[in-house]
Amino acid sequence: MKLETSENNGIGTARLEGSLDGKTAPEVREQLGPFLSANSKMILDLSKVDYLSSAGLRLLLLLYRELSARKGKLVLLGVSEDIRTVMSHTGFLNFFTLAGSEAEAQQGLS
Amino acid sequence: MSTARLALEERIDFYPTHEVSGVRFRRGRALPFGATIVPHGVNFSIFSSAADSCTLVLFRKREREPFVEIEFPREFRIGDVYSMIVFDLEVENLEYGYRFSGPWDPRAGHRFDKTKVVCDPYAKVLGGRDVWCKRPDRSAPYQHRARLAFDDFDWEGDTALEIPTKDLIIYEAHIRGFTSSPTSKISAPGTFAGLREKIPYLKSLGINCIELLPLFEFDEWENYRPHPETGQPLINYWGYSTVGFFAPKAGYAATGGLGMQVDELKNLIKELHRSGIEVMLDVVFNHTAEGDERGPHICYRGIDNRTYYILTPDGYYYNFSGCGNTLNCNHPVVRNMVLDCLRYWVSEYHIDGFRFDLASILGRDQNGAPLSNPPLLESLAYDPVLGKCKLVAEAWDAGGLYQVGSFPAYGRWAEWNGKYRDAIRRFIKGDEGMLGEIADRIQGSPDLYWYRGPTASLNFITCHDGFTLHDLVSYNRKYNEANGEGNNDGANDNNSWNCGWEGETDDPCVNALRERQIRNAATILFLSRGIPMLLMGDEVGRTQGGNNNCYCQDNAVSWMNWDDVRKEAGLLRFFSKLLAFRHAHRVLRGDKFFEHRDCVGSGKPDIAFHGTRIGEPDWGGRCLAFLICGKHAIPQDDDIYAAINMFWDGLPFQVPPAPEGKSWRVAINTSMPSPEDIYDGESGPRVDSSEIIVGGRSIMVLVA
Repeated sequence: MKLETSENNGIGTARLEGSLDGKTAPEVREQLGPFLSANSKMILDLSKVDYLSSAGLRLLLLLYRELSARKGKLVLLGVSEDIRTVMSHTGFLNFFTLAGSEAEAQQGLS
Repeated sequence: MSTARLALEERIDFYPTHEVSGVRFRRGRALPFGATIVPHGVNFSIFSSAADSCTLVLFRKREREPFVEIEFPREFRIGDVYSMIVFDLEVENLEYGYRFSGPWDPRAGHRFDKTKVVCDPYAKVLGGRDVWCKRPDRSAPYQHRARLAFDDFDWEGDTALEIPTKDLIIYEAHIRGFTSSPTSKISAPGTFAGLREKIPYLKSLGINCIELLPLFEFDEWENYRPHPETGQPLINYWGYSTVGFFAPKAGYAATGGLGMQVDELKNLIKELHRSGIEVMLDVVFNHTAEGDERGPHICYRGIDNRTYYILTPDGYYYNFSGCGNTLNCNHPVVRNMVLDCLRYWVSEYHIDGFRFDLASILGRDQNGAPLSNPPLLESLAYDPVLGKCKLVAEAWDAGGLYQVGSFPAYGRWAEWNGKYRDAIRRFIKGDEGMLGEIADRIQGSPDLYWYRGPTASLNFITCHDGFTLHDLVSYNRKYNEANGEGNNDGANDNNSWNCGWEGETDDPCVNALRERQIRNAATILFLSRGIPMLLMGDEVGRTQGGNNNCYCQDNAVSWMNWDDVRKEAGLLRFFSKLLAFRHAHRVLRGDKFFEHRDCVGSGKPDIAFHGTRIGEPDWGGRCLAFLICGKHAIPQDDDIYAAINMFWDGLPFQVPPAPEGKSWRVAINTSMPSPEDIYDGESGPRVDSSEIIVGGRSIMVLVA
């Protein structure tokens, strides 16, 4: 799992690459910690995430909850069709705003 | 939250004391049973009263061979419980089982076999049959593989609905049967997610409770065989054969292959609740999938055979279930497991109620004799966590115990009223001498439940086990050849009538009569006091081609055909308006029995029975009318007059006077084609005459 972060105009973007599962989710969470506290508007770019396990979905929901508690916002960018379907079946989809492009993601945060 | 976690992490006893092959562990906690995620590890705990020793076997997900086996050191056993905490496990990628060492002495009831890995009776997730009907590798040493479940789920304030029992309308459905057909045109046919896509249909039909056929993990490949002539695969489709009581059926989840069945099912329940629909589970505690002495070592028999099963004096399995073995439900350990299981489903899955398959077995003692005060049934009735959930018994078993009307109820239990089904079927097909019983059945069966009230009676005419409503009026006998048992399976005593032609026909007269008979059955069901239950698809004339025992038919024979929603739009309209009629008239849904007297000064008794002439019921005939006085409801409701003519020809019925200042209007007339068969509110034709003609084999319902 690779994680890259950047900041632009008060919006934090985190790009994940690889599988987000029980093994990688705790690492990602730890690495995202300080970045999350510094940004209340966040784009999570999942376009290079090929697998999202139950633990991965739980991490997304925790991020969403943390940001919501600070009146922040989270947009998921580039979620693959397969992952989107799994998120729909398990109910996780209801919590998130999804965007197909960077511009759409920016719009979703404004 | 972080403070609490910190405090737990700082416990002084959560550190490893032992190590085997690089896996670190320590003595665990005896309770709770099962595998529980704890700080830095997993606590494993399992009971066996007769084993000599126990070994924990850990696998990486789907791997054939374990990565480690750890025998419980003597000091890890407390009483009959083996427990251990294993540290640094990758929870999502873990499968676990046990080996028990102990005597192989079947005559004494012991069947320990150390060569077998058995699963945890408390497993919250079971792998091995992750995708429905994917052929398993039978040579693998561990078939049903215990996994851990995340027990966090964002319910967003959801809770059990607690709809008053008297207001329930139950829909009995099968997860696969409901949406597997390609005609369902949904993205995930035959799954929990698929059912979720059809919630709008259920809502518009008007049901407020869905009863799901068993969804605890079972093995669809149990007793698999190709049909001897056609070669068609015959599998365990119904699922009345539990492998694990705490685990949802993985193959019923679109995400089962990813191990997300727990979330998918919880999401379905949350969405059903949002639409005002309760969820009742059909649960099978009378036996397990291990069968008799020839069956597989999956779990219970390899852990503590003598505790989990009722055995004959020489160590064979009593078979009160008709399925090879009988769970020893009134053994205190098994009783607690059942209780733990139901509490788990209520608290973790927000389940609203349970229907207990062959529940009379739950009232047998450890030798199989019926108990007058069965501890399990009493425990369930008084359990704090189950305090508001519905408990419904199938009040008989395959060992000859028939307890309809006498099931130990403790003021809580309702029963599948088999006598209701039989009586209404016979009445509808035209049997004489039924009216006395029919009057009782319509009133909620006070003859059976006089001390419990009408909500003890779960009224149904059809259920998964037997003919569909369409087939009930289309076949005189069963056609179960497709089940591969030479048509010897399934009930012979169906009280069905084919309306003049056996099977499907294009004869308009026969079909018109069938349409009417279906409407007659439904009208009586939804006018009756008690809890009505509708079988999946009856509202659109679903047929099983005369098969009355579709337990092995995972195909179009059992599945709902969604094209019927369009083809049978008139019938579906009738059903949805009939359900709306019941919801609109609280006088039909009382939770007390009628008293046959004027209790409120309305000038009329709460219910009065008539014949074709007012005040003259002909108890030996085929016609019955009744007037229910709406002023006996709180707040007041309309008066409802029903004239039921099960004679083959039309007959005039005298109409009682409408309440002062009101006129009768037709609500239902089953002899009319759609849309004149049922009317909304007060939109039906006004009836000013003192007599109506009710068509042959028809029912008219008037409201005022």
